[in-house]
Amino acid sequence: MKRAGFAKRAAVLAAAAVLLAGCGGTTKDNSGGSSGGGQTQTTANPNAPTAKDLKITFLPKQVNNPYFTVAQGGAEKASTALGEQFKATGPSDADASSQVTYINTAAQQGQNALLLAANDSNAVAPALKAARKQGMKVVTFDSDAAADARDVFINQASSQEIAAGQVKLISDAIGGSGEIAILSATANATNQNAWIDIMKQELAKPAYANIKLDEIAYGNDDDQTSFQKTQGLLQAHPNLKGIISPTTVGVAAAARYLDSSSYKGKVALTGLGTPNQMRKFIQDGTVGSVELWDPAKLGELAAYAAVALSSGQITGQQGEKFKAGDLGEYTIGAKGEVVLGPPLTFTKDNIDKYNF
Amino acid sequence: MKSLLRWESALFVLLVLVAVVGSAATGGSFLTGQGAFNVGSDLAVVALIAMPLTLVVVAAEIDLSVASVLGLSSALIGMLWNAGWPLEAILPVVIVVGAVCGAINGFLVTKLGLPSLAVTIGTLALYRGLAFVVLGDQAVADFPDSYTQFGTTPVPGTWIPYSIVLFVVLAVVFGLLLHATTFGRAVFAIGANEEAARFSGIRVKRIKFILFVLTGAVAALAGIVYTLRYASARADNGTGLELNVVTAVLLGGVSIFGGRGTIGGVILAALVLGGLTDALILDDIANEVVKLVTGILLLASVFAPAVTKRLRGATP
Repeated sequence: MKRAGFAKRAAVLAAAAVLLAGCGGTTKDNSGGSSGGGQTQTTANPNAPTAKDLKITFLPKQVNNPYFTVAQGGAEKASTALGEQFKATGPSDADASSQVTYINTAAQQGQNALLLAANDSNAVAPALKAARKQGMKVVTFDSDAAADARDVFINQASSQEIAAGQVKLISDAIGGSGEIAILSATANATNQNAWIDIMKQELAKPAYANIKLDEIAYGNDDDQTSFQKTQGLLQAHPNLKGIISPTTVGVAAAARYLDSSSYKGKVALTGLGTPNQMRKFIQDGTVGSVELWDPAKLGELAAYAAVALSSGQITGQQGEKFKAGDLGEYTIGAKGEVVLGPPLTFTKDNIDKYNF
Repeated sequence: MKSLLRWESALFVLLVLVAVVGSAATGGSFLTGQGAFNVGSDLAVVALIAMPLTLVVVAAEIDLSVASVLGLSSALIGMLWNAGWPLEAILPVVIVVGAVCGAINGFLVTKLGLPSLAVTIGTLALYRGLAFVVLGDQAVADFPDSYTQFGTTPVPGTWIPYSIVLFVVLAVVFGLLLHATTFGRAVFAIGANEEAARFSGIRVKRIKFILFVLTGAVAALAGIVYTLRYASARADNGTGLELNVVTAVLLGGVSIFGGRGTIGGVILAALVLGGLTDALILDDIANEVVKLVTGILLLASVFAPAVTKRLRGATP
C-alpha cells in the first residue's frame, strides 16, 4: 500500500519534471529572436576623455578578507583620483552563488562598472552577461569569470610565474627532495586550479624528480577549515616535508598550525601570503618565504581598466593600451587579459619593507 | 486561529513596509521589473522547499537534510550530464532520488521511531557526503543555454522567473493539500496531539512517511532550480540553506511544536525574507546586518506568540 502510494507520487513528480524540461526547450526558441540588440561592438578611441562621476562597484570574493581589503584600498585610491564614485559591497561567505545577488543589484542600481573577483567562474556568468547588456563594464581581477562574461581580466601575475615560483621556493626549502602537499582554497577557484595544474607540470620536470606531491587539500579559504586540513595533511603523511598554500587565508592558518605544533621547523611552508599576516612566522623561522603581488596595485589597475573601458578608451580587444596612473601603461593581451607584473618574494631580509 | 490570522496580517504589513521603505531607500530601483525578477529568483529555492516542510513542521516533525538533498541532486545532475545522459532523463531520475532520500528519513522516523531532529541532522551530513562521493570537488557548468535560460531569464514578456511559476504551482498544491483535504486535517491533528490522532484512527506513521518523501522530492526539484539558476552543478551547492528554509517556515507562523500554521503565512514570510534581503543589499547595507535582521525576525516570530499567550493568561 505504502509502496504503491510512493511509486504513484514519484511517477507524478517525474512527469512534472519532464514537463518542466519541455518548458526549457521552448525558452530557447522564444528568446533566440529577442537577443539581437544586446552587445554592439564599438571601436576603442584611445584619445577619448576620461569620464567623471562613474559609479564603480568593488565586489570581492568575500568581505572582511584582509587581502581584498587591501585591493579595495587600491581600487578606491585610483577611482577617487580619477574623480569617480566608488563603493565596495559583497557577501560574507565565499560561496559559489552568493555573488550573483550582488551582481544583479549592481546592475539594478545602474552602476557603470564592476570590479569582481569571481568565486565560481561559471556561476556568475549569466548575471554578468545580463548586467553587461544593460551597459555595465565588467573587470575581473584576482580570479576570472568565464571569458565571454567580462570585458577585461586583470591577472595578478602570469599563472606560470606564480606556480613555478611556488614550486621553486618549496624545493629550495626542502633541499630538493621529499614529499609535499598543496593546501588550496575552494576546489573550484579558477586561479587556484590553474596554478595547481602548472605546479604539477613543473613537478614533472627532471629538476624536481625527487619531489613527490602527496595530496591536494582544500581549506575553502576558511581559517578554521584550513587549520584543520593542515593538521590532517601532517597526520596522513608522516614523511611530509613541505606544504605549498597558494592562498593568503590558507598559508596563514597553516603557519599558525605549524607554529603551535611539533612540526615547527621540520616541515617547510611557502605560499601566497601578505607580509602583515606572515611577518611573525617569517621572522621566527616557521616559514622561510612567501610570495605575493601587491594587492593594492591589483585593485588600482582594475579600477583604471574599468574607467578606461567606461570612457571608451579600450574595449577589451588584444593589443589595446591604457594608462594606469603611477603604474604606467598596460597592454591588453590574449583573451582580454592584463598582467600586473612579476610577484614579490618576501623573506626575513625584506619583509619589513612592506606593510599590507 | 485568531492569533494566527493576526500573525499573517502582521507579516503582510511587514511585506508592504519592506516594499515601500525598500523602494524609497533605493531610489525606486527596488520595485522595478528587474528588481522583482531578482527577488523572485533569489527566494524561489527557499520558498519551494518551505512548502512541503511547512506540512512536516505542522505535523510536529522537522527535516534539516533538505539542503543536502538539494546538493546531492545538483551533484547527480552534474555526474549524469558528464556521463552523457540527456537532461530530459536526468531530471526525473534526480527527483526520484530526492524522494528516496526523503523515504529514508521517513523510514528512520516512523518505522524505527527515532526523533526527526536527530535523524535529519544525521542525513544532513550523509546526503552532503554522498554528493561529494557522486561528483567530487568538480563543478559541471556546460549545460546548454536552452536549459540554463530557464533559471536566468524571466518568462517571455514578463518579469516572472520560471522558478516562481513552479513555486506558485507547488504553493497551490500544498495549500490545498494542507487546508482543503482530510489528509491536511490529519496533519494538523497529528501535530496538535499525536496520541489522540492515532486513537481517532489517523494513520500517523503513513502520513508522516509521505510528508518526508514529498519533502525529499521537492528538495531535489529545488536542486534542479538551483543548478539551472547558477548554471553550475556542484556538490557544495546550497550548503546551509536548510536554516533559511526553517526560518521562512517559522517566520510564517508555523508552530515549531506542531499543530498550527498556514501555507499562506509561509508564502508571506518567504516574500518578506527575500524582499528584505534584496532591499538591504540594494541599499548597500553590509551583509552582516542582513543576517542580523533575519535573526531578529526569526526570534520575533518565536517570541511574539509566546508573549501574547502570557499576556492573555495574565488579564482575565
